[in-house]
Amino acid sequence: MKSIIVEDGSVEEAVQSALKKLEAKREQVEVDILEEGSKGFLGFIGSKQAKVKVTLKETPEQLIKNFIDEVIGAMELNVDYNVFSANEYWCVEFQGEDVRFLIGRRGKALNALQMLTNLAVNRKLEDRIRIIIDAEGYRKRREETLRRLARKTAERVYRTKADVILEPMTPQERRIIHLELQDSERVVTLSLGEEPYRKVVIRYNLKGA
Amino acid sequence: MKKLIKVLATSLVDNPDEVEVREIEGERALIVELSVASDDMGKVIGKQGKIARAIRALAKAKGNKVGKNVVVEIVS
Repeated sequence: MKSIIVEDGSVEEAVQSALKKLEAKREQVEVDILEEGSKGFLGFIGSKQAKVKVTLKETPEQLIKNFIDEVIGAMELNVDYNVFSANEYWCVEFQGEDVRFLIGRRGKALNALQMLTNLAVNRKLEDRIRIIIDAEGYRKRREETLRRLARKTAERVYRTKADVILEPMTPQERRIIHLELQDSERVVTLSLGEEPYRKVVIRYNLKGA
Repeated sequence: MKKLIKVLATSLVDNPDEVEVREIEGERALIVELSVASDDMGKVIGKQGKIARAIRALAKAKGNKVGKNVVVEIVS
């Protein structure tokens, strides 16, 4: 964390000159007053300079980058990434030749990294942020795969009238399946089991058409 | 591998100085032993072992790249 110590006539002046040096706004820093300073007698005899320590608060973007750099460095993966904020959340998008290791089977490693990044970054922030981590459009592709799976499976359930239990999925993945079939009159969906093995069940709708 | 586990653990706990990682390397497998301050156990294990599972998943991801099986044990 970057911090500087500045002396000036008054606390306010010292803070202002520190902000100038750091090229920061008041809300981006934390101020510790080390010496109040005093005007002294007749304005010069025994006057004391004010002394403040001004520390640049880390932005969500910096915190995300610090954590990701450390983890990717330690994993020795050949990947690049960029960080951007979108609507209510922050996104980290990876690309490069080693992304397949970062994704893992069914996105396991990617989901793990997402969870740990959220934990590590939010520990240092007053206001919680949500971070989504993706690699070469994996999440979008996975969503399309799941929607297709949902429709195909629903068709089969309608024909055979037998339940189909899908493989264990994360809450986000199960949500995609439920949403895809919520308007279907042929089948209903429910979830069974405990995390992390909770599964979606697609069942013939007896009350349906 | 030691470095990865250390980075992950220290960024999750309240007492980063007490994070210790030991590594036992075999030809095909790697065992990593992680120990943290007892107050921090929950921070590296999580509800129903959720955090521990995530740490293991990343360790295995790295293991995949270097062609080794990785086991992460949390010891007290």
